[in-house]
Amino acid sequence: MFYREAGDFKTSYTEDNQTFPIKFDRYRYYAVLVFAFAVVPFVINDYWVNAVFLPFLIYAIAAIGLNILVGYCGQVSLGTGGFMAVGAYAVYKLMTSFPDVSMFIHVILAGVITAGVGVLFGLPSLRIKGFYLAVATLAAQFFLVWLFNRVPWFYNYSASGQISAPERTVLGVPITGAETAPWAAYLFCLVFVTVCAIIARNLTRGMAGRKWMAIRDMDIAAEIIGVNPLKAKLTAFAVSSFFVGISGALFFSVYLGAVEVGEVFGINKSFLVLFMVIIGGLGSIFGSFAGAAFLVLLPVLLKNTLVGGLGWPTDLAAHLEFIIVGALIIIFLIAEPHGLAQLWRVTKEKLRLWPFPH
Amino acid sequence: MKLKLATAAIAAVMAAGPALADLTFSALSYRTGPYAANGIPFADGYIDYFTLLNERDGGINGEKVNIVECETGYNTEKGVECYESTKGSGALVYQPLSTGITYQLIPKVTSDNIPLHSMGYGRTSAKNGKVFTNIFNYPANYWDGASHAVTHILDINGGDISGKKIALVYHNSAYGKEPIRTLEELAKKHGYELTLLPVDHPGQEQKSQWLQIRREKPDYVLMWGWGVMNQVAVQEAVNIRFPMENFIGIWWSGSENDVLPAGEGANGYKALTFHNLGSDYPFYADLKKYVVDTGKTAGAGDQLGTALYNRGMYAAMLAAEAAKTAQEIHGTTAITPAMMRDGMENLEMTEAKMTALGLPKFGPEFKVSCENHGGDGYGAVAQWDAVAKEWNLITDYFQSDQEILAPLIEEDSAAYAAENGITPGC
Repeated sequence: MFYREAGDFKTSYTEDNQTFPIKFDRYRYYAVLVFAFAVVPFVINDYWVNAVFLPFLIYAIAAIGLNILVGYCGQVSLGTGGFMAVGAYAVYKLMTSFPDVSMFIHVILAGVITAGVGVLFGLPSLRIKGFYLAVATLAAQFFLVWLFNRVPWFYNYSASGQISAPERTVLGVPITGAETAPWAAYLFCLVFVTVCAIIARNLTRGMAGRKWMAIRDMDIAAEIIGVNPLKAKLTAFAVSSFFVGISGALFFSVYLGAVEVGEVFGINKSFLVLFMVIIGGLGSIFGSFAGAAFLVLLPVLLKNTLVGGLGWPTDLAAHLEFIIVGALIIIFLIAEPHGLAQLWRVTKEKLRLWPFPH
Repeated sequence: MKLKLATAAIAAVMAAGPALADLTFSALSYRTGPYAANGIPFADGYIDYFTLLNERDGGINGEKVNIVECETGYNTEKGVECYESTKGSGALVYQPLSTGITYQLIPKVTSDNIPLHSMGYGRTSAKNGKVFTNIFNYPANYWDGASHAVTHILDINGGDISGKKIALVYHNSAYGKEPIRTLEELAKKHGYELTLLPVDHPGQEQKSQWLQIRREKPDYVLMWGWGVMNQVAVQEAVNIRFPMENFIGIWWSGSENDVLPAGEGANGYKALTFHNLGSDYPFYADLKKYVVDTGKTAGAGDQLGTALYNRGMYAAMLAAEAAKTAQEIHGTTAITPAMMRDGMENLEMTEAKMTALGLPKFGPEFKVSCENHGGDGYGAVAQWDAVAKEWNLITDYFQSDQEILAPLIEEDSAAYAAENGITPGC
């Protein structure tokens, strides 16, 4: 009824190709943006920021980054945790070496550094594919974590090998450290998520994205039609690592504040982000958000319902959480192998015809 | 469905929100995950102590104790969530039992003005109360532990260990790296040779480290392990027939879980401790009467008397005593976290106090002050008796080498103060 193309005339190529071609969708998107930027910051508190919004936003960036590599370019990577660690340690070195520079610049630079490291570890992808590439990126994961644990320069020779974020500001407002106001941390991450999502969306539907998808679908055919595999694969690694690096930098500096590399950026993190991408939907920006929301918010929700609401013992609730989340993952993947994004697509198709499906 | 879930979530958050009139203590415990075997007894001991206070005395000076438990799984992200969700309930003190979570909470609790007690773990230089106003790590810390181990080795060898070889097997994390500096400084002073052998999380794979020990034949092996790493290390030491009485673990490597799997072979293994062991105390009679027999024990109730259960109890005891001190200072029974901080800073544990609590000689005597948040660094050595299946203290409480430790603590806390723009003061 409301959700339809009919009567919404497009008179230019740009209009025809916009991300949300349906008016209802477009207004919903604007409403979400206005709500996120103009309403949430005023009502948000410490708990909502630290337990819900920050992890969701930051994982969403990581998932977008990995989705570009795995979903759009078809290069399986298990090195996400390691690349996030690069982002975290890069931002740590930057913020301790140049305390007066704005955090915005530090985080972006951390992304750039991670992109460089990503390209380096992306080189094997020119020779090896599929599972073998996954193993090569796995090596990156272990090597990077080992490196940050081993070389004291990275953690400024602190006694424990932990890195902790001192207070740094953007335009005079503290963004890291204990004195950060909830709204500041939230808005800082939200800006990064929004910009990253817009960049990713536009990259993936442009020339670069089409090249990646051509490589993903069949690399020999892509090469024959004139896609340079070296350039396509390495740009995918670079862009993907850039996003992952930004998420790692935010994860350490804004969200956790203190990080121990083996515990926070271990292999578990790589799998977690990969699961987000798979559950959310490969090759979909919306899917990255949906996957991050599913795996970050569901455990918190379950915990609050079981322990806070029903008063069950914490260990029982923690175990049940594993069972429920695991079962839901299986059910979702059986019901819809293409992830939450595909479910959303199907819903949209149905909505177009509603309430007269015939 | 979505709406229902959302409503449930909001209802749950709101239910967890309102502050209660009682004294609230948070228990950030871990009963799941790779370190659950060690997390469970500690959490049980901590909660049972408060349950006893509620059942026997009606709380602390008439104020009932309310425990908010939150499962961290030894995971720092869940630790943050737990801290934020329990903070609103007015928790008086945090004891996360994880060095990683402690590091993360140090700036947060300081800004929220809630005290944090990391008993025998966490950031060692937090002992300097001039810099770390809200962090306490009495009665002993890792650097004390390192010094205790070396002092014990000195005692065995009649005060001369120059030329001896000591190996440190450690968990390759913030926790395991803590003693290295101290051991290096002590090596300069006493002239022993130190070998470092890191073991990666979770520590099931230690063959190469123990092969190296077999080859280099160090005179003593020290261990900084946690969870499954301890059991594996003890078993490996038995396998290479390393003399167990020369194998000394930190207090976190000295629970029954760590030695029982190795059976008879573990006999003679030593571990440090800063509190007494076993269940031979008048306190345990009360515990049986008011908590065990009434079925109010936390968890499965099968951990009573184990080393880590006693440690949880000791942590709860210190918290309760600090709360009493705070009530005296401020003349009110309904204390706030800020008042609790004052109570912790003025806490004095004496033999008379512990005897009155039914736990004579349970821990060392110490007094906390504004400058010194870490006690006097007294600890003891316990030895495992594999036949009787119990730990026995083989030394009295003795002090760590303050001459070496004090400048290290000063230096590390000054670095922290400079990095975070804190002006030390008291």
